[in-house]
Amino acid sequence: MPVEHFDAIVVGAGPSGNAAAYTMGKAGMNVLQIDRGEYPGSKNVQGAILYSDALERMIPDFRETAPLERHVVEQRFWMLDEKSHTGTHHRSDSFNEERPNRYTILRAQFDKWFAKQVRAAGVTLITETTVIELVRNAEGRVIGVLTDREGGPVHADVVVLGEGVNGLVAQRSGLRPELRPQHVALAVKETHFLPEETIRERFNLSDENEGVVIEVLGSVSSGMVGTGFLYTNRESISIGVGCLVSDFAEKQIPPYALLDRFKNHPSVRPLLKGAEMKEYVAHLIPEGGYDAIPKLTGDGWLIVGDAGQFVNAVHREGSNLAMTTGRIAGECLARLKAEGRPATEANLKVYRDALEQSFVLKDLRKYRKIPKLLKQNRQLFTTWPAVINRSMQAFLRVDGRDKRAKEAEILRGLKTARGNWLNVAADMVKVARAWR
Amino acid sequence: MTRLAREFHSVVCIKQVPDSAQIRVHPVTNTIMRQGVPTIINPYDLFALEEAMRLRDEYGGTVTVLTMGPPMAEDALRRALGLGANRAVLITDRRFAGSDTLATSFALSKALTRIGEEHPIDIVFTGKQTIDGDTAQVGPGIARRLGLNQLTYVAAIDALDRDGATITLRRRSEGGVQVLRSRLPCLITMLEDTNTLRRGTIQDMLRAARAPVTTWSAEEAGIADPMQCGLRGSPTVVKRVFAPRPRADKAEMVVVEGKTPAQTADAVLDLLFAQSPNLEAALSARFKS
Ligand SMILES: Cc1cc2nc3c(=O)[nH]c(=O)nc-3n(C[C@H](O)[C@H](O)[C@H](O)COP(=O)(O)OP(=O)(O)OC[C@H]3O[C@@H](n4cnc5c(N)ncnc54)[C@H](O)[C@@H]3O)c2cc1C
Repeated sequence: MPVEHFDAIVVGAGPSGNAAAYTMGKAGMNVLQIDRGEYPGSKNVQGAILYSDALERMIPDFRETAPLERHVVEQRFWMLDEKSHTGTHHRSDSFNEERPNRYTILRAQFDKWFAKQVRAAGVTLITETTVIELVRNAEGRVIGVLTDREGGPVHADVVVLGEGVNGLVAQRSGLRPELRPQHVALAVKETHFLPEETIRERFNLSDENEGVVIEVLGSVSSGMVGTGFLYTNRESISIGVGCLVSDFAEKQIPPYALLDRFKNHPSVRPLLKGAEMKEYVAHLIPEGGYDAIPKLTGDGWLIVGDAGQFVNAVHREGSNLAMTTGRIAGECLARLKAEGRPATEANLKVYRDALEQSFVLKDLRKYRKIPKLLKQNRQLFTTWPAVINRSMQAFLRVDGRDKRAKEAEILRGLKTARGNWLNVAADMVKVARAWR
Repeated sequence: MTRLAREFHSVVCIKQVPDSAQIRVHPVTNTIMRQGVPTIINPYDLFALEEAMRLRDEYGGTVTVLTMGPPMAEDALRRALGLGANRAVLITDRRFAGSDTLATSFALSKALTRIGEEHPIDIVFTGKQTIDGDTAQVGPGIARRLGLNQLTYVAAIDALDRDGATITLRRRSEGGVQVLRSRLPCLITMLEDTNTLRRGTIQDMLRAARAPVTTWSAEEAGIADPMQCGLRGSPTVVKRVFAPRPRADKAEMVVVEGKTPAQTADAVLDLLFAQSPNLEAALSARFKS
């Protein structure tokens, strides 16, 4: 016997589940949301960048109450070798706008805040409860969920799976295959406490609201496909590195050792000096791109967020894709409900169509070839950053040699790094084509 | 005295506390950094809650959870409802801010009086103490104000006689275990590890998510004189807050080789003597005398 019947059940209270539940709650639907964490966000990885746009479309005045750390006024890109980094910065006072575009946040606090808005929208939220599997009727249509608590299944017209990257419920229920190691990155991250004033001085910021983001490529990933990152929060720094799970397995490098090396890099160590480590977390990131997206809908169910592999690894965007897919799913389901049409696979086609029209699938389609390109062209993570750093060194050192000789040496370095000029050109073409 | 006519009623006083395992002291200002530290129900209170629910399941009746705290303490009450409590009351008021144990037990006893007027109370439960204050004073303070028999550090409740309105229980005391029989109503503070907290059913969780939490201001809780609340009603003075230093320098691991235990012991002694040269002389002097 079912406990109760809802219009919709949302599995997960991360950005995707919250967006879906919020949208449906606002539309007047009777929604149950279930999360396994002690409180929403308790299982979610700390320290991230929030892209305002996706949230603003649901909660225009979120800045008034959401726990935001700093808005990003400067972005640095670093190419790392063992001793050096070469990079570029973009800093602009136009990021100091009335409605800043990107913020650093602490996910645990942010998710808790978001869940509060969801509850205020009339959604029933229960935590510390894990959904084990989907319940189907005789025709195979999904009609509810079974949890790890006693008391039987809970039924609903539709189940929205916002369960995150692992997607165990969908997998156990036979809706999607097991995650493939080459489609996910493992990210390890630490949060380090530093007094606000120290962060302000160290990163050249004017006040406690301005923040910096550093994205890092090169020796940080030890030859694996991956990147490092560092974000400034108000009173802490998030630092981490993520690489493909298949690469970790092949290289047998422990993730924490990789992060330790990154933290001890001469360009990074001074930024963390005197900091006290607050927490260490590890989490998966779906990075398979467009071709790794599983089946998204079926009779009585649909998938949103990381569970659907909606991450743009090139731009490090995930939470905004999660919120957008969640919102669009919520809108589609509210419309079906209003029209009195059931959430069958045929009727849910509107969800896929709407995603194709949005930046979500347009962007993932644009970068469709990138995951494969990166896997097949390790030189982008190894040789190139090293060559660029060496070239900068040669260019900057004053050692009595004439400039023409130096330029020739730099060019020779570029060529020998890839064997011949053809390969150098090929790398550029490949990247350009995958990017297009 | 017949009490059977009405339903058995326990009230469990709980407190929302910062998860002390995750608290940090600000290295510069020496203040406790609460921001971002998750809150939990004081772990000792959960043994009291489980015991109250166990009695309810055996003898019938209802369990009310009561807390004094900021509006967000509602989370703790909802969590208790999800574990299976029937009803929740939050007393919250700016004027409660800064309450010490005296002011807290005053406010709680007023709220308990008000709850009891609507629904007479048989047992007031509290945990042994809180993990953030560690005073163990609030339970006894409530008992004193309400004139209840005070049964602290209870290890087990053996029997409840509803007709005679008595309870038989075991209490840990310095010399061993006391078996006591008390009249009801009474106040019980439960020891840790005396029962195993249950997991609420899916129905409990759904009810908890939607149940109204009764919220009272100081006035609504029956407090006429705000001078007895909050900072003004709290004679406790916090003189200084500091992060204690580790007692010793960092421990060092030494590896000593020895064929027999005696040889190993000698090797360890040699190391110790090498570190503190006076020790050897002092010890041999003592052993000689
Ligand atoms: C180290 C790291 C850094 C990142 N940085 C950024 C960044 O800077 N910017 C950005 O936009 N994105 C970033 N991302 C990606 C971003 O975190 C994700 O894309 C986003 O969290 C996805 O949201 P979601 O709701 O789909 O899943 P999640 O946030 O993973 O939420 C899933 C929720 O479902 C719950 N759940 C799972 N299974 C069950 C179950 N069976 N029953 C009940 N509940 C369940 C979980 O407890 C969880 O709360 C980062 C990711 C990592 C790992």
